Amino acid sequence: MTKLKFLKPSNKLEEGGRMSAPIQNDVCEPERNCPNCRKDIPLSRLWANQLVCSCGHHFRMGARERLNIIIDNDSFCELFTNLKSGNPLAFPGYKEKLSKAEQTSNEDDAVICGTALINKQQCCVFVMDSNFMMGSMGTVVGEKITSLFEYAKGYRLPVIGFTVSGGARMQEGLLSLMQMAKTSAAVKQHSDAGLLYIAVLTDPTTGGVTASFAMEADIILAEPSAIIGFAGARVIEQTTKKALPKEFQTAEFNLKHGFIDAIVPRREQKAVLSELLSMHNGGCNE
Amino acid sequence: MNNIPYERVKLARLNTRPTGLDYVNNIFTNFIEFHGDRRFADDSAIVAGVARLDGKPVTVIAIEKGHLPKERVMRNSGAPQPEGYRKALRLMKQAEKFGRPVICFIDTSGAFCGIEAEQRGQGQAIAENLMEMSTLCVPIISILIGEGGSGGALALGVADRVWMLQNAVYSVISPEGCASILWKDSTQAEKAADSLKLTAEDAKAFGIIERILSEQDIGEIAFYERIKSLLNEELKELTVEPDLIQKRYDRFRKIGVKEINKK
Ligand SMILES: [Zn+2]
Repeated sequence: MTKLKFLKPSNKLEEGGRMSAPIQNDVCEPERNCPNCRKDIPLSRLWANQLVCSCGHHFRMGARERLNIIIDNDSFCELFTNLKSGNPLAFPGYKEKLSKAEQTSNEDDAVICGTALINKQQCCVFVMDSNFMMGSMGTVVGEKITSLFEYAKGYRLPVIGFTVSGGARMQEGLLSLMQMAKTSAAVKQHSDAGLLYIAVLTDPTTGGVTASFAMEADIILAEPSAIIGFAGARVIEQTTKKALPKEFQTAEFNLKHGFIDAIVPRREQKAVLSELLSMHNGGCNE
Repeated sequence: MNNIPYERVKLARLNTRPTGLDYVNNIFTNFIEFHGDRRFADDSAIVAGVARLDGKPVTVIAIEKGHLPKERVMRNSGAPQPEGYRKALRLMKQAEKFGRPVICFIDTSGAFCGIEAEQRGQGQAIAENLMEMSTLCVPIISILIGEGGSGGALALGVADRVWMLQNAVYSVISPEGCASILWKDSTQAEKAADSLKLTAEDAKAFGIIERILSEQDIGEIAFYERIKSLLNEELKELTVEPDLIQKRYDRFRKIGVKEINKK
């Protein structure tokens, strides 16, 4: 059995360590600028470090890339794949936004759901995708999350969910708002059946998703420095005309104020989730 | 003029409209206000307590904006803090314990947007209400009387029946907020209001509310009497409903399903 160590977010990964790819100085490799340490980092090195900079900054990650680092190889069985938004309000410009989002993310909407194994333990997973309209929740996201909790309840499986969201999707109006109630009710049914739900909040988790299933898990984890909040920081600044405190709405801020259980860096997430699943008897307390 | 959605938004915001307390005082008798969330504070943007509806005890919870400027300051213009939602939940649980129905009056531009509200978990407070209301064992009726601003309104709106006043609005975001985010231009609020489908008729068409309450001028007494008799009628049905929680689940479960395209 592996011994778990709950490390502080790492500030330095060894240069050329096991995790990182060889540094190629002579080729003009694409780089990404780290918003935290301002260094340019070769993409291959970033990928080798699960998109975490050596300064500890966690870059945003697509849903399937994230799945890859969390679940056992080839263990994902995707569910509810045939759903697309029908633009119910005929909202101006929404159709175009949807098709653009489909192209950039290669997904039908902002969440993927399914079953998977984490160190051989079966669970239901959902992973939201910031590449699809910043993970906003409309009818499709609400329906998929709800269906997943119903499925998990039916098969008595735990749910592990990765959130990233700008909130409820404006372009589907009230129908989006109602998904908060719909998903919450499904989470409650799953919970009342004695089943485990772990949420991992990633940058950013805000608005209607924070005010529903992100904050309703039995165990709430977060990635280092992820923004987690209800109202947008800019809106708060404008309405209150007060300077925002340092670290406002970060994972660290939420930890301090008691709204999340732990901050878990990306490279430790699989081990922590696996151990938590195991401690909860595969999630089912029978 | 009432056909233009943005006109409705303006009407819904008028400070001369009846507020939560007006409904409480005119529909119920013997109202006794209960304060505080037992965690941190009492939020005066939400007024709650017990009262009698035609003699029968009920729990009433109302978002109160206030009419006069002084009242508006005291009530934070009806923008609840997390404590307001926690007080509401505490009293819903109390209603459940003692088997009395819950009647909510919703009128808010949104949950308060502030540093302290975030520090004390505005999102968590709303989320918990949504979750707990979904399985509360007593009937819940929620009435949108003015503004139904996003999650801050929904936090009292997970009910067996949701009704809206004719000129009330219910929206995922304010038209101004929507316009400034989408079109970087808050003066396009009118277009946003139109696009957001936030009127009572829209909400009814989407199956989000059951009933639109007329604002036709029939005199103050008749107006409240009518709502009172509708509440009585509905509660008579709901209190004997054996599948109350399942029906409440199904009510929200189906929202949005037929609007999705299946490939
Ligand atoms: Zn960095």
